[in-house]
Amino acid sequence: MAQTTLQGEEQHQTKAHELAKKQREISVAEFFEKNRHLLGFDNKRKALLTAIKEAVDNSLDACEEARILPEISVEIIDMGSERYRVIVEDNGPGIVKAQVPNIFAKLLYGSKFHSLKQSRGQQGIGISAAALYGQLTTGRPIRITSKISPKNPAYYFELSLDTQNNKPVIVKQEEVEWKKDHGIRIELDLEGIYQKGPQSVDAYIKQVAIVNPHTTIIYTNPKPEQLIFARVTDQLPAEPKEIKPHPYGIEVGMLIKMLAWTETRTLQSFFTSEFARVGPGTAKEICNKAGVLPNHNPKEISRDQADRLLKAIKEVRIISPPTDCISPIGAEDLKKGLRKEINAEFYAAVSRPPAVYRGNPFAIECGIAYGGDQPPEEPVRVLRFANRVPLLYQQGACASNEAIIETAWRNYGLSQSKDSMPVGPCTIVIHMASVWVPFTSEAKEAIAHYPEIVKEIKLALQECGRELARYTNKKQKYSDELQKRGYIEKYIPHVGAALEGILGLKKSDRDAMEKELREILERTRGELEEVGEENEEYDEEFARIGAKEEGEEGDADEDAEEEKPKKKKKTKGADAESGEGEA
Amino acid sequence: MSKAEQDIAVIKEIKTLAQGVYTTIRDGKSPQLSMPLRSLLNVRYDPKDGFFELMGKEKRRTLTASTIRTFAQTLLLMKESKAIVETDDIMTKREAYYVSKNWGDARFNEQPESDTVMDDIEAMMQTNREQLGFIPEEKGGEVAGNLVVIETDPETGQKIDHDCTRYVSGAYSIPSSVEDLKFKTSAKFILAIETAGMFQRLVKHKYWKSANCILVSMGGVPTRACRRFIRRLNDELKLPVYVFTDGDPYGYLNIYRTLKVGSGNAAHINKYFCVPNAKFIGVTPQDIIDYKLPTHPLKDVDVKRVKDGMKNDPFVQHYKEWQKALNQMVAMKKRAEQQAFAAHDLNYVITKYLPEKLKNEKTWLP
Repeated sequence: MAQTTLQGEEQHQTKAHELAKKQREISVAEFFEKNRHLLGFDNKRKALLTAIKEAVDNSLDACEEARILPEISVEIIDMGSERYRVIVEDNGPGIVKAQVPNIFAKLLYGSKFHSLKQSRGQQGIGISAAALYGQLTTGRPIRITSKISPKNPAYYFELSLDTQNNKPVIVKQEEVEWKKDHGIRIELDLEGIYQKGPQSVDAYIKQVAIVNPHTTIIYTNPKPEQLIFARVTDQLPAEPKEIKPHPYGIEVGMLIKMLAWTETRTLQSFFTSEFARVGPGTAKEICNKAGVLPNHNPKEISRDQADRLLKAIKEVRIISPPTDCISPIGAEDLKKGLRKEINAEFYAAVSRPPAVYRGNPFAIECGIAYGGDQPPEEPVRVLRFANRVPLLYQQGACASNEAIIETAWRNYGLSQSKDSMPVGPCTIVIHMASVWVPFTSEAKEAIAHYPEIVKEIKLALQECGRELARYTNKKQKYSDELQKRGYIEKYIPHVGAALEGILGLKKSDRDAMEKELREILERTRGELEEVGEENEEYDEEFARIGAKEEGEEGDADEDAEEEKPKKKKKTKGADAESGEGEA
Repeated sequence: MSKAEQDIAVIKEIKTLAQGVYTTIRDGKSPQLSMPLRSLLNVRYDPKDGFFELMGKEKRRTLTASTIRTFAQTLLLMKESKAIVETDDIMTKREAYYVSKNWGDARFNEQPESDTVMDDIEAMMQTNREQLGFIPEEKGGEVAGNLVVIETDPETGQKIDHDCTRYVSGAYSIPSSVEDLKFKTSAKFILAIETAGMFQRLVKHKYWKSANCILVSMGGVPTRACRRFIRRLNDELKLPVYVFTDGDPYGYLNIYRTLKVGSGNAAHINKYFCVPNAKFIGVTPQDIIDYKLPTHPLKDVDVKRVKDGMKNDPFVQHYKEWQKALNQMVAMKKRAEQQAFAAHDLNYVITKYLPEKLKNEKTWLP
């Protein structure tokens, strides 16, 4: 590793070095050239979105890790014949010169895969896959500029990927002038389709802004229209803590890898130092149950012994992993985001306490916006997020979909037929924060159906739903009351006519009687309490971003087929973590 | 009370009620209309009086936003009633429903709505709806046998005789108002029959001649006119009344009970529209066994009707005999129709069943 001088450098740069230490090789690449759909590059429209998404995810992760308030610029330039140039620039810590080629032009290389910590990226394939896609479709290398501090020079790279050997090829490398103090700039040409609508880049950028209120995004789409999403808080999200894996979440392949990598000398110390919540007593118990000596060298554990250890882990009671490593958005910020996006009458949000699935801590947050301008006869709109990343595709395959369908919305004032999405003027937001979000595929589009996760989402929805029911009931009462008041106006003349007919009243007497009656009836009804809240935070311009434009309705969406709400489709837990097994 | 006097009284009562509403409003208070609660829960049975009497529970309708529609409709219908009484006209229940179509928003949407409001007014004024000028559409029932009904044409004063022996295929229809009819007969009793089918068989074979009786077809639950007609025959000619229905809870508790003691719904007029002296001759649950009648299984609604009767009907509660008979039927889980006797022989009912039953008072029910 070529190192720059550490002394006298500021903190960001140190961080970069720290990150560099964890960055190492994971696996070979060619497989992905033939399986681009796994990575979200299955059609041109999605490819453009995925490339931007990977770059933005990385920028946000890097900024937050370095405790920098993110300022990200995203630009898409139409190059003609379905080619686009994507430029993403951030003010993050930058990447040390020696690591740049590996990070951007080598698949499965990164800092995040080996750590259990809440972050947007997980595997270390996203951005290099985007680079590879660009290379395959346009033949042009990815261009990177990186600067790690004002005292260091900026470096410019042109990189391509040797798919045979999963090795970066440096096409060009030079020192350049860059006015920025630190940051990364990525320039990538790729084949794509730019389209507006709910699955567009516009919608994605907006949703990123909703759940990342600490971020400023300057976005220029190919129209070109420039949109600036200004930061609304200077508060960075609480820094997520890195935790060690919990034994309950481990699989045999992972266990064997960990045994091979560990620097510990005995099995007992391997368990106590590499795992969360395992003390010497528990470690000994696991070894005893597996019939392996606690002082056995971890590097010499056979496949068979590993299997027995895994079985033993399941039989031993181990306390749940720590949950303070989760950094949720928070109910208030979630509600704020909703208010900005949707002009509704009623908002509710909850942030559930952390729970655990397969040894991984996670927290579910959920928000509801009801009424207002939203269409009353359509299925509710769902906005999904995982670790603050918007999920735009595969709603039907997502655990959140199952949870929504299985919640009894009729109790909360929405209509719902059996096994379907509720119908009503309503938007539901669901956020899952976790050290490891189990996606159904590497494209990170849908959350896998772990029972614990579905259950937590349902609990969050129910909590919001109960608040919603209080509102819808009140609204119902209000409209009943209005109707009754209408009754008074409607029928008083008839009472007047009848009495006039029977008693032969004079016109003046009849009028006086009707007036008197109106007063009597209104007196008994009392004041009419207003329901619904004024939403002053609603931003009409903002809400229109990512909405379908006229005439675009019929545009072929290659993904449309799978976006239709599907019948419950369960994905087995094992499938969800194929990435883990590959490595 | 003559018809003219009655009319004056009705108009006065309508005006008094309307005046009460008007004055209350002008005093700044919510007006109320009160009427007896029309339900079995508000009647008692005393065999000395012989009919369901009101117990005095009242339903009050205060004018509020939720009741204003019905309130307006009640007053409007009272207005219509006043107008038809004043012009000596009549209005059927169906016509009243159509008249309301001129009321704009206050119109009735379905006839049951207008019928209920009409029943409310009737109960509120403790009067009979015919006195308010409202008449039912349905005919009152049919009569054949040893009876001459004498009617007077109000315009010419001429008397018209309806000789009920002279019908071969048809029968005399009981009109909606029977108060002004006169009767002449040498018959020994009246037989009130549930179904038109059984009635036709008895008429065809001139059963009234051999048994020297008057046959009345009730066609289900007897109308008020039918009840009043039988009542007058019973009162004025001292003829015993025997009732012959299907052997099921509907025949017992709806048809017979209503004829004998009246209903909970129109309790304020039961006094005039009931036949306390009526006796039930069949088909009793014991008859089903004794005459080996073909049966049908008892339906759920039948069992429910019996349970309701045991629990709520003061008439059933008063007569051990009826409780025993109803329990017997529920235990048998069977019911039988009047015409089931045809299984033995088409005319078995004439040659065997009726003569035997009429002779043996012990097999009757009170």
